[in-house]
Amino acid sequence: MSIATVFGICAACLVGLGLYGLIVQPQPLRKILAFNILGGGIFLLFGAVARRGAAAGMGGDPVPQALVITGIVVAFSATALGVAILLRLFEETGGTSLRDTPKESQSQETNS
Amino acid sequence: MPSEAMASPNAGFLVLALALPVAGILLVFLAGGRYGRGITLTLVLAGVGIAAAIADGVWRTGDALTYLAGGWAPPLGIKLRADGLSAAMIVVTSIVILAAGLYAPNEFRVAQGKSETRASLSFWVLLLSVWAAMNAVFLGNDLFNLYVALELLTFAGVPLVCLSGSPATLTAALRYLLFALLGSALYLLGAVLLYGSYGTLDIGLLAAQVRPEPALWLAIALMTAGLAAKTALFPVHIWLPPAHSGAPPAASALLSALVVKGSFFLIVRLWFDVAPAMTGAIAGQILGAMGAGAIVFGGVVALRQTRLKLLIAYSTVAQIGYLFLMFPLAAEPNALAGGMFQAISHAFAKAAMFMAAGLMAGVLGHDRIADLRGIGRALPITVFAFGLAALSLVGVPPSGGFFTKCLLLSASFTAGQWWWGAVILAGGLLAGAYMFRALMPALANSEIPLTLPAPVSRGREIVVLALAVCALLVGMFPQRPIELLQIGRVHLSEVAPQ
Repeated sequence: MSIATVFGICAACLVGLGLYGLIVQPQPLRKILAFNILGGGIFLLFGAVARRGAAAGMGGDPVPQALVITGIVVAFSATALGVAILLRLFEETGGTSLRDTPKESQSQETNS
Repeated sequence: MPSEAMASPNAGFLVLALALPVAGILLVFLAGGRYGRGITLTLVLAGVGIAAAIADGVWRTGDALTYLAGGWAPPLGIKLRADGLSAAMIVVTSIVILAAGLYAPNEFRVAQGKSETRASLSFWVLLLSVWAAMNAVFLGNDLFNLYVALELLTFAGVPLVCLSGSPATLTAALRYLLFALLGSALYLLGAVLLYGSYGTLDIGLLAAQVRPEPALWLAIALMTAGLAAKTALFPVHIWLPPAHSGAPPAASALLSALVVKGSFFLIVRLWFDVAPAMTGAIAGQILGAMGAGAIVFGGVVALRQTRLKLLIAYSTVAQIGYLFLMFPLAAEPNALAGGMFQAISHAFAKAAMFMAAGLMAGVLGHDRIADLRGIGRALPITVFAFGLAALSLVGVPPSGGFFTKCLLLSASFTAGQWWWGAVILAGGLLAGAYMFRALMPALANSEIPLTLPAPVSRGREIVVLALAVCALLVGMFPQRPIELLQIGRVHLSEVAPQ
């Protein structure tokens, strides 16, 4: 088994874990963490693609690394925004649950 | 592709369309919220001119405008490309942004001698950010660049939801963010798979290389699912109604009219530009079925709403459904035009509607539909604009909505898929019913004449009316826009393998 395949399998596991957490976990903070695991899996997959030399058939491919760095910055900003809103929600309500919909929004769906 | 290898003569406008809003963001940050309105309106006025110049350039040359960043051609460099679809959407975006900027000042003005509030700075920065991100989505020609543009759009849209900072809007914003993050992760995963299979992310180069194989199908499926979550396609729409109805009116208008169209635009790029011949019949039918579900479900739930803003938000859920009816009919030339017309006319009509609802709520202090009596007498222009926008959503001729439904209906019948036609007609009836429910009390007389707590600015009413009239004009003069939408598409279908 080549090293790229090992990376690829690890990436697939991380993506699976992240997706599971993002969909199943009820707490927003856990969802945000799951998103980061999912993102980590995707970046690792990109790394495996780079190692394989992508479709160009080269020994290694520098382009995915540049993209992964940008992706990490984007994921970091997303996490920061999510945590900031979460903190503000905690200050306002004393809780971080998405379940008890405040009465103002009056939405019928409560499962998120 | 010789004509695409070099930059087009007036491609500088493409750079300006991106640079201007970003420069505006920095300027407002430096100058502070007090000058936010002045800076924003000046730049957006210039932006409308730039959008017109781009559309004019595309129209005159009859081909897409392209710009190569730093003179490097793809796959190494990044190309900006404006075809007919982008040009039309850039023009619509600049008009809606201008309207939102003109409408907003009362809520986000910093009074003389008072310190500025958080919202007064944030709103203008976010307005410019939405504009920058939308232009980046329309001009991008590289799937990773488009990913970054999509994230910018999310990061601009989520804070718009919770500008007021109340717990309800914070919950709505967080839920929106979580859906959007899942969506962007799936999109990026699909982009990685495409890069792994074909070694490029440039749309033009990808279109020349893609083959119908499992890797492509998986990538397109992941990306479409992720983008659908961001577009709030039924059944992943549940974040939209609380988010769009809780935001301040100018922000709701931006979110409903523009932000959901950004991710939709990328689905169009994927299905019509990256892999035009390879999106199988079944996948198209599934997307169409979800769209049909959105039309029926959104319409029925909108009928049951007691609050005006929630009714309008559920109407957005239903109207998004029409956008997706073009995918099962992709082989028909009318389908793409119908879907894009829906995106454009809905943008104008829904922006007008949210802003009109904001003016009514501002006068009454609430937006309960049952207690709207007398508002038609107090705010005749606003209610008239609301009615015009409603006519466009229902699809009464000669509005933009009517023309959209015409195109989609004719596509569905020529394709022999009459069931989509039935859904379109049923959706029109439902829209008629829920709009009638909202307008009937608004037009009724009340025994006690309404006393306005503060005079409503005539300028804001005229902005709302102008947007509603835009939705109408799109339907009255459809020929030019339709021809514009086709520009730059022939080239791609030649490149694509059969």
